[in-house]
Amino acid sequence: MTIDECYQNIGRIADKTNAFITVISKAEAVKKMQHAKSFLSGVPFVLKDSYVTKHIKTTAASNVLKDYLPQYSATVYRRLEGAGAILLGKMNMDAWGHGGTSENTDFGPVKNPWDLTRVAGGSGGGPAVAVVTDCADFAIGEDTGGSIRNPAAWCGITGLKVTYGRVSRYGCIAYASSFDTVGPTARTAQQCARILRVIAGKDPYDATSSNKPVPDYVGQLKKPLGKLTIGWPKELFGEGLDWEIKIAIEQARRELEKHGIKIKEISMPLFSYGVPVYYIIAPSETSSNLGRYDGVRFGNGRENFTSETKRRIMVGTYALSAGYYDAYYKKAQQVRTLFIKEYAKALSECDMVLMPVNPTPPPKIGELINDPVKKLLADYYTTSQNPVGVPSLALPCGFTRSGLPIGMQLVGKMFSEDLLLQVGYRYQQATDWHTRKPKL
Amino acid sequence: MDIKHVAKLANLPLTADEEKRFSAQLTAILNLVSQLQKVPTKNVVPTSQVTGQENVFRDDKIETERILTQDEALSNAKKTYNGYFVVPRIFKNDH
Amino acid sequence: MKITPIIGLEVHVELATASKMFCGCPADHFGKPPNIQTCPVCLGLPGALPVPNKKAVEWTIILAQALDCKINLISKFDRKNYFYPDLPKGYQITQYDQPFGENGKLGKIRIRRVHLEEDTGKLQHEGQQSLVDFNRSGVPLVEIVTEPDFRSVEEVDVYLKKLQRIIRYLGISSADMEKGSMRLEPSISLSNDGSLPNYRVEVKNINSFRFVRMALEYEIKRQQKEPHIQQTRGWSEAKNATVPQREKEEAHDYRYFPDPDIPPIRMSNEQLAIIKEQIPELPEAKLTRFVKQYNLSQYAANILTDDKNTADYFEEAAKLSDQFADIANWIINKKADITTLVPAQLVEQIKKSQTAMPVDKTALEQAIKTVLSANPKAVADYKKGKTAVIGFFLGKISQAVKIPANDMIRTVLERMLNAR
Repeated sequence: MTIDECYQNIGRIADKTNAFITVISKAEAVKKMQHAKSFLSGVPFVLKDSYVTKHIKTTAASNVLKDYLPQYSATVYRRLEGAGAILLGKMNMDAWGHGGTSENTDFGPVKNPWDLTRVAGGSGGGPAVAVVTDCADFAIGEDTGGSIRNPAAWCGITGLKVTYGRVSRYGCIAYASSFDTVGPTARTAQQCARILRVIAGKDPYDATSSNKPVPDYVGQLKKPLGKLTIGWPKELFGEGLDWEIKIAIEQARRELEKHGIKIKEISMPLFSYGVPVYYIIAPSETSSNLGRYDGVRFGNGRENFTSETKRRIMVGTYALSAGYYDAYYKKAQQVRTLFIKEYAKALSECDMVLMPVNPTPPPKIGELINDPVKKLLADYYTTSQNPVGVPSLALPCGFTRSGLPIGMQLVGKMFSEDLLLQVGYRYQQATDWHTRKPKL
Repeated sequence: MDIKHVAKLANLPLTADEEKRFSAQLTAILNLVSQLQKVPTKNVVPTSQVTGQENVFRDDKIETERILTQDEALSNAKKTYNGYFVVPRIFKNDH
Repeated sequence: MKITPIIGLEVHVELATASKMFCGCPADHFGKPPNIQTCPVCLGLPGALPVPNKKAVEWTIILAQALDCKINLISKFDRKNYFYPDLPKGYQITQYDQPFGENGKLGKIRIRRVHLEEDTGKLQHEGQQSLVDFNRSGVPLVEIVTEPDFRSVEEVDVYLKKLQRIIRYLGISSADMEKGSMRLEPSISLSNDGSLPNYRVEVKNINSFRFVRMALEYEIKRQQKEPHIQQTRGWSEAKNATVPQREKEEAHDYRYFPDPDIPPIRMSNEQLAIIKEQIPELPEAKLTRFVKQYNLSQYAANILTDDKNTADYFEEAAKLSDQFADIANWIINKKADITTLVPAQLVEQIKKSQTAMPVDKTALEQAIKTVLSANPKAVADYKKGKTAVIGFFLGKISQAVKIPANDMIRTVLERMLNAR
């Protein structure tokens, strides 16, 4: 897309959707354009507002940081700029990543472009909206328990949660440090491959970033698939899953089979413990990560956290506190070990696992906000991958009768992004769900 | 959960209304996550990170590129004085 | 009833690495203008991440080895969560249950643990506000914790001096109390029967060996009069007393958990052996060897080995001449300026002073003995530090042996004076 087109679309949708927190001035964007000559030369993109950008307001969608002008830039932003990509905006989200609907924000809830009365998903609602409305070619999201995949599925685009450590977290405002991953979201798997090529790899500023070589994700896309087996965890398609979503994914399954991919039923009996494991460890880590927001060196005081954020800080503080540590934090870290084994077993029987992203289509704005527990269960399918670290690619695979997007995810082995993208590319060659655009 | 105690540990100033509201909500969340007690974990080693990495270090070198000037360091502070960050008077306390 | 003080010590030592513990800012913060040595990491800015300093880790392991600790083959860093304005992240990165070293000893004092952490910023208080400087934030800090094994103030003093010497020998810190690179926190209780009491009083804010002594002596007296309660006190220089610190309303709950930002550290026995090879001969061993190998007095060997440079200097000179006693004497008494004089020059000077003396050594010693015996008051003055009496003695001796005073006579005189 041209920068002009993007700015036209931004003008058209920004107010309607609340997707943007900051729009970079067009003059500024065009200025950078002239210097660019590289792998992503002139490619317009947006960042979830959880990435620090030097001298560009960065809020994490919280009033705590509403006036914060960072003194440095995130590695992912520097790499993209270095490759010539042009930043157009910083996107709305659930504050600090705390949420799955982008309603937990001090900048107004992000609205779904397919139905403005519904949520866009979260925590990266803004980035997904920007992509599906053509405000940018791609966005960088941050996935701690579905924050890239969930809005991608509810907005009808492609989103990649990378293997933990594949992309540097330096400059990504931490939610839960051992779950946080930095990844691309775009219309297609092909575009995601292109972005990942630029942002993946070791960063000396992030001790948890991997020094595994970065494959040529783009070059691999068109290679023959070879003999592939996709696991089908039958218990994940039972009660609690919306029937339209189930049908859409079954249809996708048949499409994949047409490409010679074998589908194999597998079992993941511990899967349903994903939510409790996630909702102990992530709040524990966030209670510590958010300790730095004391209003002394930057930002505003702690009373400015939203209710959702305060609840998570409270849960985490409690789970780590004397007398409860063993029953909560340590217990969850033990079950995490069992999860790792469960995924290892499942992925020894197949090359990747196919499963839903959301149990339901996007709910109405306000529907979940006062029911924290129901909200947690909406994350049922996306919370168990992060404690394990495995990558997952969310792909659009249909629409409900009422015209809301449906997504599915392919969960792979550690560092198998290349294979996930290859299958995603193949699937998108044969389907057009990812090309559809909301009429706004 | 002793809300006041936990809020204090978390350094969260909660209003009376929040204390009341959170109390029920947090109980519900804790009930949900307590499902984990059903999973047998005897002798299971806890996992605290999944990097698979060990011994990641930096060399002991001064790296000037990231050092902030005093002005930059203070640039987002609400209150500064002569190059210092300023907080309300703290009485000597220990940690 | 005999009352026994039961004392344990926590010592914090700032490592003299070039850069900080988890970022590349300079670690040397002493006397710098405020907030000029910070970066996103040590200022705790949103999104910043720590990467551990390899040398700081190695030095901590070296120190732990020098203190006979068992080194944990797998260690990790943990977060200690609490809120204080000098702690930028709301947590301190430290080591909780897998420190680098455990169960060591120094002399008969058992070392519980040796671990590595990051220092905090500095607070100063002015009127109704406190000022915060983060130059010190993130400087590597080693904590050495003993078991409550001290039974007297004297033992504490001896331990601290030994520990400081070892640290300086290892070259890992200046261990300079005045600059705050070595900080002490004794805890003390009194026991009637030698068993461990069920309370202890921690004393904070102590910045010299002398104040540790004074604080402990004060506490021994105070605790005999006042009820035995668990307490944190601070040393007040102004009052020459320990004073209670504002009590926390609630007990600490630091909510330690493994820092997810830092992968664990694994050491093989081979790696540990390599690190161990870097440990130089430690003061105690050197002292014993000096006495034996160079036939020096305990006193002389002690002074020479007090600091490693002096000891090295002596050994350089001792390679060139076997007049060990004279070399030691020149270094100790003459205060030969070892910073400007190379060992070979020192040896040369000693030789020259000796050839310049056409006098029989026995006759000289006899003459000196006579002079000293005849002037007990002058000897006493010398002992009090009035070194000016040397001139008086030299005159008398010179008359007796009938040659002009020279360096050799002076050397022998001083040796004999010191021996009296």
